[in-house]
Amino acid sequence: MTEQRPISPPETWDETIVRVLKANEVRLVTYVPDKVLAPLIKRLHADDYFTVICPAREEEAVGIVSGAYMAGLRGILLMQTSGFATLPNVLASLTVPCQIPMLMIVSERGTLGDFQLGQVIVCSTMRPILRSLNIEHYAIERQDDVEFITDRMIKQAFATQAAATMILSPLLTARAGRQAQP
Amino acid sequence: MNALEQHAALTRADAKLLNRSDLTRRLVARLNDEAVIGGIGHTNFDLWAAGQRPQNFYMLGSMGLAAPIALGVALAQPQRKVFALEGDGSILMQLGCLGTIAAVRPSNLTVIVWDNAAYQITGSQPTLTAAGMDLVAIARGAGLPATWVADENHFEALIDERLADSTSGPVFLCARTDSQPPAGVTDRDPTKIRRQFMDAMALAVKSSA
Repeated sequence: MTEQRPISPPETWDETIVRVLKANEVRLVTYVPDKVLAPLIKRLHADDYFTVICPAREEEAVGIVSGAYMAGLRGILLMQTSGFATLPNVLASLTVPCQIPMLMIVSERGTLGDFQLGQVIVCSTMRPILRSLNIEHYAIERQDDVEFITDRMIKQAFATQAAATMILSPLLTARAGRQAQP
Repeated sequence: MNALEQHAALTRADAKLLNRSDLTRRLVARLNDEAVIGGIGHTNFDLWAAGQRPQNFYMLGSMGLAAPIALGVALAQPQRKVFALEGDGSILMQLGCLGTIAAVRPSNLTVIVWDNAAYQITGSQPTLTAAGMDLVAIARGAGLPATWVADENHFEALIDERLADSTSGPVFLCARTDSQPPAGVTDRDPTKIRRQFMDAMALAVKSSA
């Protein structure tokens, strides 16, 4: 007798990211809050697999994740675009010269319908910063790409000892049945 | 009475003016396989000059991040004791990290600050501690057990206590230091420093007081 398997609802982007982090043994999660990332942050807090830390600044989180990596614990930093804009000094003086596989997920604010001028301007600084530091980055726009891009970027980061920035586009986070966030 | 509480009422003004190179040598002389994160500037130079160890991570930039990096090491390896060494100018850039450390409460972490009230490496411009900011009071306010270092003997007793104790902590120690120059200059090879530190961290912790 074959077991009847119910058709499970499609995975959401935040569920997929949790699964990919576990598959890659990324246990330490640091974040500075963002409304778009809230469902992911809630999921991570609820899961005993992860050690979750919310420091005062994104720069602090880069220090924590770097120290943990050097001592054998894999970590990641979740933030929004404006948080990323506080990081060029630490990326240029710790992450890149020390070749630390700093994993970053950035929820992309300030584009595709944002109403805050400050967010829009800061968003325009992100890719030039990433390009000038030669940090691998990719924007994820569709649920079908979440696993492929995050899993491969994480594996490449550790294999090549280089940072990776996974940008969550509003095309993924706002269009996938979720409301546009203020 | 333990060393941490012995001089609880001590203020910055009453703390003896100590020498950073001397205190760093006293610390390093007591270590086995404990990790030390050296913040940038003369803090780092004196750590280098006190005798290079693969368990030392010498920061070459990222001002203010010695304590956060040390927190990451402490989280990854709860069985290893970890020290962060910072200058007053550096910790002033990242005071929020004291609250983070207090919230995470890694018992194996000690943050040591050398407070000479100056950005010594850039020409000894005064820091905010020269204007009266009290880093021990700030650390206590953030939720960390903290004390000023009374003198050399007190410093050694504090370090011995931290090395012997694996349950209480994290702890914040602050020493008022003089304006003497550092005893050396760190070699700047970031990938070598990172590789050596990682190799040292990959070895099991032997010392257990």
